[in-house]
Amino acid sequence: MAEQVARKAGDSAAPPRREAGAFLRDPRVRAVLYQILVLGGVILLVAYLVSNTMDNLEERSIRTGFGFLSNEAGFYIGETTFVAYEASDSYGQAFVVGLLNTLRVALLGIVLSTIIGAIVGIARLSSNWLIAKLASVYVEVMRNIPLLLQLFFWYGAISFLLPSVRDAITVIPGVFLSKSGLQYAVPVSHPIHPWMGLAFLAAIAACVVYYKWAKRHQAETGREPNLLLPSLGMLIGLPALVWLAGGAPTQMDVPELATFRYVGGTSVTPEFLALLLGLTFYTAGFIAEIVRSGIVAVAWGQTEAASAIGLSRTLVLRLVLLPQALRIIVPPTTSQYLNLTKNSSLAVAIGYPDLVSVGNTTLNQTGQAIECISIMMACYLTISLSISFFMNWYNKHIALVER
Amino acid sequence: MSVPNSGEKTELPPPKTQVGVIGWLRANLFNGWFNTLLTLIAGYILISTVPPLIDWLFLDAVWGMVDPEVCKQAEGACWTFIREKYRLILFGTYPFNEQWRPLVGVLLLLTVVGFSCNRRFWHPWLGAVWLATLLIYLMLLGGGVLGLTPVRTELWGGLPLTLLLAVVGIVVAFPLSILLALGRRSNMPIVKSICIGYIELVRGVPLITLLFMASFMLPLFMPTGVSIDALLRAQVAIIIFVSSYLAEVIRGGLQALPKGQYEGAESLGLTYWQTQRKIILPQALKISIPPIVNTYLGMFKDTSLVAIVSLTDLLLATRQAFADPEWRSFFVEGYVFIAIIYWCFCFFMSKYSQHLERVLDTGHKR
Repeated sequence: MAEQVARKAGDSAAPPRREAGAFLRDPRVRAVLYQILVLGGVILLVAYLVSNTMDNLEERSIRTGFGFLSNEAGFYIGETTFVAYEASDSYGQAFVVGLLNTLRVALLGIVLSTIIGAIVGIARLSSNWLIAKLASVYVEVMRNIPLLLQLFFWYGAISFLLPSVRDAITVIPGVFLSKSGLQYAVPVSHPIHPWMGLAFLAAIAACVVYYKWAKRHQAETGREPNLLLPSLGMLIGLPALVWLAGGAPTQMDVPELATFRYVGGTSVTPEFLALLLGLTFYTAGFIAEIVRSGIVAVAWGQTEAASAIGLSRTLVLRLVLLPQALRIIVPPTTSQYLNLTKNSSLAVAIGYPDLVSVGNTTLNQTGQAIECISIMMACYLTISLSISFFMNWYNKHIALVER
Repeated sequence: MSVPNSGEKTELPPPKTQVGVIGWLRANLFNGWFNTLLTLIAGYILISTVPPLIDWLFLDAVWGMVDPEVCKQAEGACWTFIREKYRLILFGTYPFNEQWRPLVGVLLLLTVVGFSCNRRFWHPWLGAVWLATLLIYLMLLGGGVLGLTPVRTELWGGLPLTLLLAVVGIVVAFPLSILLALGRRSNMPIVKSICIGYIELVRGVPLITLLFMASFMLPLFMPTGVSIDALLRAQVAIIIFVSSYLAEVIRGGLQALPKGQYEGAESLGLTYWQTQRKIILPQALKISIPPIVNTYLGMFKDTSLVAIVSLTDLLLATRQAFADPEWRSFFVEGYVFIAIIYWCFCFFMSKYSQHLERVLDTGHKR
């Protein structure tokens, strides 16, 4: 023992001898070396893949570059959002149509699935046994069956089980449901409509101003002005006033049955309907679970304390529980919104002309796989990043300010 | 019992409206006008949907081996369709006389899964058992050894294919995702940015674009003349996809560990890999096991997407079953059948993950 100690002491007393490998044992040197190795590996791999791809493209004489985007597409797109499209338009325009269709179904799906998800999530916590059980059956069924299967099911149900156009179901007067989708009446366009839209925007602006004033008023006097009624009044009243001033046009463009299809009104294709239903119900199952766990996660003492200072049940929910639950609910809900947007790409399986569907057709026609897939990926990345950017901003906005 | 004049009262039973069925009903269904209204609405909906559904599923359903024409006359479901086509649905286009092989393979796989769910068997050798099982599974499906007729991968299909994609995805993506998660938390800027780039890129795009990429672009990436199997291409896409999601889950587990664990390991003089292997990963993985199981659940459902790139998985095999014009109108029965299969697997996984969450929660929070 003593000998060992002595030897060790002697070792350390001797001048440090620089070994051959000592340089490599320096953590900083190693870090640089590892990174050079990794980077080199990745660069080599990419270079290898690129050179293979170049060889293959040359051998199969596939053109490269995005020049094809201005060529004539030559395929027909069943439905468009906002922009008109014809088969003689370019591939670039087809992509824009596809992207807009994706955004349309994703936006509607996000709104609807949030509403249904919130209702089902709260229903799972209901003191009513029957409602709570029904809600949990809904969640368990929706979450445990693949979305693609649900989409096929909805599409099959709409296009096989619904009656033909001739015997369309009248959901409410002016709205018809049949194999060929949903047809509904819209007001005949009138010069007053844009002005009504402007009035609605003005009402929103007025609401914002009113809320700011209400907040200041409450801070100064301690009294909380009524928020709901004045804002509802403005939002509905202003457009209604403009509508009256424009002579109150009531003419509706009601779809009417021609020989094989409805003429007039506006229609929603069965593909869109199936995709929207599938995405909404599927995502709502996940959002319900998030809402439920968010509310449960707020400590019980919060409810008790709020009741103890004399708040009513509604006020407890509005002022104490929901603001805290929202902080927990928002981040996972964001990722559900992102999932819904990405899942809308399953449209390609049931023939709704979304971005992937258009991209796939273009790919098959031009053979330019790399370009088409890059465009699709870039679009989804942009959408994903912007949603998560917005939600991060919102999240920061409502986050707890800590010391 | 009762003693007069003692002043003591006998215990009365609670009122009938507070206990038993009536008490339960009052407390759970009819407390307040709002809940009563909800109960009535829900009850009405149930009464108007459940009996017709039971009629359709069971009472009016056709169970015997009859002609499709007979089925079309019937009011209820046509389970004849399933009896007629169940081998096509379950095994896809796999050669009919050889279908015992995928069946044995699936049973073997499920047995191993069953054992793996028991924490008593969580030993390092379980990994070896899994690799061996996968090899036997692939041998059974592919043949070419031990006198089994070779079967090309294009013919593989149905449930065995779905399970293969899921299980291989799990086994390969898991180590990959650990590396990605460690890389993302590394101090080395280049390694870190490569990992972040990979994870965020893959998480930002839908699986279907990755599947398209794998099926259209992967062949271009290979050296001229080398062709790559369609099944392998889809598998690569699934592995890429899952590993990035899994990496984020594992990173969550890594972040949840208190800093003291790293500092303690460092003060013992452990190297980076020793620290990760002996101190950090065992704890971090333990925290992240329930969300890992949830990720696998999502992946199991997502394997159905390979139907879009024409792999005959459970979903596409079912669609092929009613491509037969005689049986075309019985798609609901087909979808209900495989929905039950998918549901059973997923429900089991989600319950298992909840169970693990309870069992493994031994107080990591500070």
